[in-house]
Amino acid sequence: MSPLPRSSILSRHRFNLAEPLWWGLALGVIILFPEYLAVGTSVLVMVLFVLSYDLLLGFAGVLSLGHTVFFGIGAYAAGLLALAGWTEAVTGVLAAGAISAVLAAALGPFLLRLRGLPLIMITLSVGLVFFEAASKATWLTGGDDGLSGIELAPLFGRFGWGMYGHTKYLYALGWLFFLFYLTRRIVASPFGVALQGIRENDARMRLMGNPVLPHLVVAYVISAAIAGIAGALLTQTNSFVGLGVMGLDNSIDVLIMLVLGGVGRLFGGFIGAPVYMLVKHFASLWGPYYWMFMIGALLIVVVRVGRGGLLGIIERVTDRLTGRGVNR
Amino acid sequence: MSTLAFILLYGVSYGLVLCLIALGMLITMGLMRVVNLAHGAFAAIGGYLSATLIAHAGMPFPLAICSAVVAVAVLSLAVERLVYVYLYTASELDQVLVTIGLDFIVVAALALFFGPDVLPTRLPESLAGSVDLGFRTFEVYRIVVTIVCIAVIGALWLGFERTTIGAQVRAAVDNKSMTQAMGINVPRLFSLTFALGCGLAALGGAMGAPMLPLEPMWPFKYLILILVIVALSGSGNIRASVGVAMIVGIVETAGRYFFPQFAAFFIYLLLIALMIWRRDGLFARRRTA
Amino acid sequence: MSEFALEARGLNKTFGALLVTHDVSLSLAPGARRALIGPNGAGKTTLVGLLSGVIRPNSGTVSLFGVDVTARGAAQRTKRGLVRTFQISSLFPKLSVLENVFLAVSEQAGNSFNLWRAAGRQRILIKRAESIIEKLRLTEDMHRCVSEIAYGRQRLVEIAIALALKPKVLLLDEPAAGIPSGEVGLLLEAIASLPRDIAILMIEHDMEMVRNFASEITVLVQGRLLMTGSPKEVLASPEVQSVYLGSAGRPRRKVGVAGA
Repeated sequence: MSPLPRSSILSRHRFNLAEPLWWGLALGVIILFPEYLAVGTSVLVMVLFVLSYDLLLGFAGVLSLGHTVFFGIGAYAAGLLALAGWTEAVTGVLAAGAISAVLAAALGPFLLRLRGLPLIMITLSVGLVFFEAASKATWLTGGDDGLSGIELAPLFGRFGWGMYGHTKYLYALGWLFFLFYLTRRIVASPFGVALQGIRENDARMRLMGNPVLPHLVVAYVISAAIAGIAGALLTQTNSFVGLGVMGLDNSIDVLIMLVLGGVGRLFGGFIGAPVYMLVKHFASLWGPYYWMFMIGALLIVVVRVGRGGLLGIIERVTDRLTGRGVNR
Repeated sequence: MSTLAFILLYGVSYGLVLCLIALGMLITMGLMRVVNLAHGAFAAIGGYLSATLIAHAGMPFPLAICSAVVAVAVLSLAVERLVYVYLYTASELDQVLVTIGLDFIVVAALALFFGPDVLPTRLPESLAGSVDLGFRTFEVYRIVVTIVCIAVIGALWLGFERTTIGAQVRAAVDNKSMTQAMGINVPRLFSLTFALGCGLAALGGAMGAPMLPLEPMWPFKYLILILVIVALSGSGNIRASVGVAMIVGIVETAGRYFFPQFAAFFIYLLLIALMIWRRDGLFARRRTA
Repeated sequence: MSEFALEARGLNKTFGALLVTHDVSLSLAPGARRALIGPNGAGKTTLVGLLSGVIRPNSGTVSLFGVDVTARGAAQRTKRGLVRTFQISSLFPKLSVLENVFLAVSEQAGNSFNLWRAAGRQRILIKRAESIIEKLRLTEDMHRCVSEIAYGRQRLVEIAIALALKPKVLLLDEPAAGIPSGEVGLLLEAIASLPRDIAILMIEHDMEMVRNFASEITVLVQGRLLMTGSPKEVLASPEVQSVYLGSAGRPRRKVGVAGA
């Protein structure tokens, strides 16, 4: 068996130096920027959300503009569970993820028969329906006010959720770590390879004997579960959930964050989410709508430059520095 | 009975304005095969321009609208050459991203220039009143808008179905290089077609301002409604557009009248139902044998 | 009576008002080497679509080894051993040759729902992909993007994928289409070396290829089967000559006919 090139889709199981670097940086934040832990936790949650979206868009090639539905369902589920007395954090998150997964399993077999523009529109509509539902069902979701007063039992019975946010940050980081490696494994497997084949040419996959729809549904369900977990984490770490988790804004945000970082690399969100949130934060210091202007322009630039996103640029630079560049 | 008439008349006028904008989108998206989510932005700009010309330049109503339409058409020519040319051969994802980017830029610009609140529209004296149609009084403005829309849509239909230009555009979309080889200037044709589509959007946005209130988020707010009308029109079928737009307009009006709390639900669920039912009508590419 | 590998009976297909396939019946025994010829627009590609399950017939049946597969889709027919190649290469352009063939090998092995093991460590499957690539003399392109290799070699990747799927019935849709004449030889060798027990139906315009390959020829004209027979019979038949080859096939002595 001849050695596989690093860039092959069959090499995704291989060690990548960028990963431990990133985890190191994330841990470093605790020591270097302890006053930013709350923001950092939100960033981690977003990175997880983008990861779920990358699986769907980057690997399965499914463009959905309603992915926040799963995020939102997970967020509200976690909030409601905690308010109902289920204060154990980890199982609460798992339950929330499971609920999102079930919804995806129900919708997937119908939605995923569509591709391209029809799928965009139907996912957009579904997202809007859920937003309206959440908005109107104030008895369940708190409507505009949202659900607050969410309290959780100490993590693993020992670690309090304290004011300084260390527990929350490490908790979110732990989930991200675990789910990242799970997703990485899936993407490196024959299933993941077939998924990318479907993305590249689904007609051909069908003529290879792959019925396509089951693969897409499985990817959709896994992606929804992870998105639900991300939403649940947001609720748990903010002790609050509001309508924003179901809004169209969030669906568009996750798309932009992924594209910014780089689609289909699994690592895109790790760069895209922090950068996006930074830009949003600093641009909003100038005024309420400036960030939209910047992001709009940035989006057009990123697409024109080529969709490797920021990761693509970084890759090209490191390739040049290390003298690689074959087979990219 | 008068309630029914009210809903029908309101729904039809609302639907026709949407139809006008949708036809503009049908032209840019359907004919040119570009997923153009920024179409609403041109409509919004048209609306805002027209309102500004009336309020600050004191222009008479019809003139303001026409000026706005022309201005947007000219603007769109620039945008087409600068941005959209790259999208004709780009992937669907890229088209979505770039047009969303344009939306963001326009929304931000509108908010920065005009503020985040709804911009009230002032109708001129002659159009502000109501007229008694026997079974019900009805706003003059809506009747005028309905007539204008029917006229424009009729002209469009004649233009595309009956003239050579329509055939040329259709040919150019199907086979660009062949059409160019026949001596037709395809880039210029595309530019003019695009300008027409955006002009229609601006007309809809400007005329429809009393019914579709002007606010910075306008492009996103009405995106899904217009998208669905376009998608359900099959490949460039004007009659189907009008039909679908009528249904959407009437259902939306009825929903708001009978169940104001849940109006939005109805329309979205209707859209989903329509999309599932008419799945084959969504941009079925003409298969060549 | 031995079972036919592929049997189509009374296939009809209309697109709107256009009758594209009219009462076509076809049987291939295992090991068949059949060529399908006919003028452009005869409906050859539609027929392949009907046989492979991509198009549903208005009426008629398709059976594989005696089992009726008319209601089954393309994926299922492939699983039963019916494999087709494309006239215009339908590969995975951004993936390498090895990745392309691996997809087929993995799919054939029923491995594509394996979510846990790393694909890159599936030695047996990767080795099988490599051996198919070697057999078709594509080894030097193994790790190159399919879109970057010569078109003739891309057509060989089509064949590689077909082989990976362990076909029992193979439908080759104009395998030589678009290949520069210098590269056709590789293709001919590859087809000649295909296992003897596979039934092959090949659509081709290139008469040289047809003569080299086929033990039987079927002629399709305007959606109807004109005749089936040995190459000698078919190519000598005056009917076939006039319909397919046109008057250019006739000897030039008859000057003055039709103002030519």
